[in-house]
Amino acid sequence: MKEPSEKPKFEGLSTEEIQEINAEIAHYEDKSAVSIEALKIVQKHRGWVSDDCLIAAAGILDMSPAQLEAVATFYNLIYRQPVGKTVIHYCNSVTCWMLGAEKVREHLCRELNVKLGEMSEDGAYTLLPIVCLGACDHAPVLMVGDELRLDVTEDTVSEILGR
Amino acid sequence: MEKMDKPLTKNIRPDLAFATVADYESTGGYQGLRKAIRELQPKEVQQWVKDSGLRGRGGAGFSTGLKWSLVPMSDSANDSPHPNRYVIVNADEMEPGTFKDRLLMEKDPHQLIEGIILTAYAIQAGAAYIFLRGEYHLAAQRLDNALLEAQSKGYLGEHILNSEFNLKIYLHTSAGRYICGEETALINALEGKRANPRAKPPHPVVSGLWGKPTVVNNVETLCNVPHILNYGVQWFKELALGADTGTKLFGASGRVKRPGLWELPMGIPIREIIEEHAGGMQDGYKLRGFLPGGASTDFLLPEHLDVAADFEAVAQAGSRLGTGTMVILDDQTCPVQMVLNLEEFFAQESCGWCTPCRDGLPWTVTLLRDIINGRGRIEDLDILAGLVRMMGPGNTFCALAPGAMEPLQSALKYFREDFERYMVGNKLLEAD
Ligand SMILES: Cc1cc2nc3c(=O)[nH]c(=O)nc-3n(C[C@H](O)[C@H](O)[C@H](O)COP(=O)(O)O)c2cc1C
Ligand code: SF4
Ligand code: FES
Repeated sequence: MKEPSEKPKFEGLSTEEIQEINAEIAHYEDKSAVSIEALKIVQKHRGWVSDDCLIAAAGILDMSPAQLEAVATFYNLIYRQPVGKTVIHYCNSVTCWMLGAEKVREHLCRELNVKLGEMSEDGAYTLLPIVCLGACDHAPVLMVGDELRLDVTEDTVSEILGR
Repeated sequence: MEKMDKPLTKNIRPDLAFATVADYESTGGYQGLRKAIRELQPKEVQQWVKDSGLRGRGGAGFSTGLKWSLVPMSDSANDSPHPNRYVIVNADEMEPGTFKDRLLMEKDPHQLIEGIILTAYAIQAGAAYIFLRGEYHLAAQRLDNALLEAQSKGYLGEHILNSEFNLKIYLHTSAGRYICGEETALINALEGKRANPRAKPPHPVVSGLWGKPTVVNNVETLCNVPHILNYGVQWFKELALGADTGTKLFGASGRVKRPGLWELPMGIPIREIIEEHAGGMQDGYKLRGFLPGGASTDFLLPEHLDVAADFEAVAQAGSRLGTGTMVILDDQTCPVQMVLNLEEFFAQESCGWCTPCRDGLPWTVTLLRDIINGRGRIEDLDILAGLVRMMGPGNTFCALAPGAMEPLQSALKYFREDFERYMVGNKLLEAD
């Protein structure tokens, strides 16, 4: 973790974030049970979870930052570094693999000019792999932001990217 | 009573984006709950479900009623501020090749909610959690809405249907990790701990969430419960064709003509699912084999097409019914590469808690990659067989690793020549 002085000033979590986290706390016997939800709330508001945010959230949950960090790094959908405005997940599990997921990935990499895991230069997209999205009867499948895209072809990709 | 042969999917219609509470009620929804709360004691509800023969649809096929009956029920007084018992819905569907629970939640959320309320009533639980996969955004939205609808209709909350029974249901969305679907890892995840499985015993029915008795059931399992209460045990048994009971969501994906998901009688011949419902293989492709119920089930072959799709028959054929959603292997896809794809998944998703799995799965992946890249030796097949034994049932902390070994061991048995072909340098035809 960097020294606090090196970074732009962190103003703390917003009132809205804190309210949402507190609302979740009421649903569980124990505050630390809200770990994932708290991280997801922060991520919903900021796109990703910075060290400062993680430390602030840990404070609300009476956890040490290291404890919360251990939870955060365990999950695939918590981003600990900045991501593009829209995250495109491509399914690389068995049926999608069989029906052309690699081609879709190559096409996406080419169009966005990124490698897997990278953010496009304009900050619009990040491309990540994901496991089976539960839509194998419509393989290959993408998740664009929160939305599933089924039976994906190169044309669908162009349409998604608006080009 | 319409479409009584398809209780689970009768509200999933092309003309309906999803079933609202009114849609659900119009086809008999919440009648099972009315009946249970007015006429049946909790223990009687348990007995009905036990007698129905309902077995878990999450993959293992454990008797649902029996599981519920193992919950200690003596301490009915609820004097602590927190519930004495919990129900958890396992909605973490993530096993590659599985696509059934998402549909049930998106299209008919009240069916699941009624199932949860009945389960909670049966074990007198004060709170329930739906542990939902983080990627299922639409399901989360529909469930959130449906929970509010159920609350405003008096099906949920305090004094349900004017009875003494109270229940809260919370939606918990996860953040993407397959191991969270294992029920004790799920409980750790819900408590905010690192999601490693827990040692059993104690089983969750005795000591689960925050040490309280906890029933964990799959989405599809719970969706059956309202219908058992509404239409009766005998009716439920008669839905099936063989020894098992009820209907099941069966699916097929891969190079079949019509990949999809269908509610069919338990015990239907696998041939009917693949050849009639899925329309058989696409032109130019032949059936080489199939995983009957997701990534962690053993391959079966065309010679097994007449096996009945139920727990016992598929087990006798050497595999598992699993989740009932089949992955089809065609004659132009290399089984070795397919197994590599599956093992990459399991290696990535291993929680790393126990050594055989943490070390064994990456090793498996390396060996398979080497074979495919032409660097394999014939001894590697023995090493792979040794890894299958090392990660077999009983040798690891949870069922992830043994599950991972199922497609590998059956591929070594049925597709050995495909492994060997890489070793003599013959290049395989590209799949496309
Ligand atoms: C690695 C692993 C992942 C699992 N994932 C799921 C899952 O996503 N959904 C599910 O219902 N069961 C899953 N299970 C099975 C559960 O542990 C448990 O058996 C099931 O939720 C019990 O419900 P049922 O009796 O209604 O099937 C998984 C098991 C293992 C070992
Ligand atoms: S078998 Fe694998 S997933 Fe299961 S506890 Fe051991 S390391 Fe974790
Ligand atoms: S394998 Fe891609 S959605 Fe299931």
